[in-house]
Amino acid sequence: MSQELILGIYVFIMAIFVGFEVISRVPSVLHTPLMSGTNAIHGIVVLGAMLIAGSADTPLLHAIGFIAVVFGAANVFGGFVVTDRMLEMFKKREPAATEKKDA
Amino acid sequence: MLDFRASVIAVSYIVSAVLFIFGLKRLSSPATARSGNRVAAVGMALALAATLLDAQIVSFWTIALGTLIGAVMGIYFARTVQMTAMPQMVALFNGMGGATAALVSVAEFIRLTRAGEAIGLGEGTSIVLGTAIGAISFTGSIIAFGKLQEILPGKPLQFPLQRLINALILIAVLSLGVVVVVADGTAQTLWGLFAAALILGAMFVLPIGGGDMPVVISILNSLTGLAAALTGFVLHNQMLVVAGVLVGASGTLLTLLMSTAMNRSVANVLFGAFGAASNDAAAASTAVGRTVRQTTPEDTAIALAYARSVVIVPGYGLAVAEAQHTVRELATDLEKRGVSVKYAIHPVAGRMPGHMNVLLAEANVPYDQLLEMDQVNGEFPQTDVVLVVGANDVVNPAARDDPSSPIYGMPILDVDRARNIIVLKRSMGHGFAGIDNALFYHEKTRMLFGDARQSLTEVGQALKSA
Repeated sequence: MSQELILGIYVFIMAIFVGFEVISRVPSVLHTPLMSGTNAIHGIVVLGAMLIAGSADTPLLHAIGFIAVVFGAANVFGGFVVTDRMLEMFKKREPAATEKKDA
Repeated sequence: MLDFRASVIAVSYIVSAVLFIFGLKRLSSPATARSGNRVAAVGMALALAATLLDAQIVSFWTIALGTLIGAVMGIYFARTVQMTAMPQMVALFNGMGGATAALVSVAEFIRLTRAGEAIGLGEGTSIVLGTAIGAISFTGSIIAFGKLQEILPGKPLQFPLQRLINALILIAVLSLGVVVVVADGTAQTLWGLFAAALILGAMFVLPIGGGDMPVVISILNSLTGLAAALTGFVLHNQMLVVAGVLVGASGTLLTLLMSTAMNRSVANVLFGAFGAASNDAAAASTAVGRTVRQTTPEDTAIALAYARSVVIVPGYGLAVAEAQHTVRELATDLEKRGVSVKYAIHPVAGRMPGHMNVLLAEANVPYDQLLEMDQVNGEFPQTDVVLVVGANDVVNPAARDDPSSPIYGMPILDVDRARNIIVLKRSMGHGFAGIDNALFYHEKTRMLFGDARQSLTEVGQALKSA
């Protein structure tokens, strides 16, 4: 095993603990937005797609890289925007919250 | 030592990872959640910008064009989707992430083998798992999307020897994986594995009922995170590992929380083919001529107006009819008459945990009127009228009383203990679990058929003259 792989495994394990620790405090009301938000974060995989697409030297790798970037970018941008739309509705409670449309 | 560009990338990645963690943390409170999402988005922007500095990237046009198309598509769908369709939107975006992870793994394998570089055991395993998990997540999410969008039937789809066939496909995926890792498999072998995993993903979600899709999407979400982390091992990129694992861990926890709310184990959700066996039995028992008592908007208005306490139980029907504003207006009118109004929120009402909270928050319903299941269940015996708006399985007393029911054991809202029950419903159709509901035949229950928003509007008008 390479030193780098071992380091990667360390990072992997530490991130599991951080992920559990940070998430375990989320109230159930926010579960749907949370799922949507984490969904956007795993769109980070587009970064890998960029590395593939940017270093492609055959038509096949270009094609795979291109499709991967399209899908990954849709995951990232769509994911963050849809989460933002969900959370937009969690405005702070205001006493006269009936007519707020013209704000 | 790293050169300058590599150092900039490394530092940016560290900052991004911290931003992701802070973003997730801020998502834990309604007041900071929106900014949390934006903090995470900033982290993402930084990570992607830094990646463009990578010396490995020599041409930018594929990246630019691909990002443009993907971003336009993603933003367009995200902005135009109806609130009710958001769960399937999450499924769709998740599927795209899964596909990306699988394609990245395959492409890196092709690049490495063509360059004649030796693929170590760690890399090989990561490539195989990244491809398989990403592909499963892709087709699984597409099927989940289809079921929620009602393109595919929500009922569990089953056929003879299904488990055997699934097991054989799984074995095929695993053996092809072993060949790729230890026996110098070619790109063709990996493509074969990719195809088999695509089929497996679809086969794995098809037999699961529509009611369980939130749990399935949550599982697939964490799987995509894991697949992204695995591509990090393949590409020697710690950013991918950290962000992917954060999602994998949180998604796993969320899955457990959701199945706890439904009082079912994750294994039961995945392999139980929930609701399939019971359909015939349920259909038979309906035929035994139990009567349903219908009511009118006018009678409903009077029952509500002269009640002291009303509890509203929203469900998916409310979401479909987009009746959240109408129901809030009705509640306000009732409160003006001195009626106490609360909302009873079942943790899995709608299509996802928190779905009802999101919708009612959109309609500016105050948080303190939203009661969770444990808070409200003790109050039902003292409640004059319960108004069930398009909820079904979450108020089915069979879950509590009938051990033969497939949903037996799921915690429910005990609305049948209230003094009067009025159920707003489109028809006598079944809920997502596809089973009959004894509540509708209860002598205390009155049914008001029709679209929830239409019915509520009529009740509201009748209330003004009541």
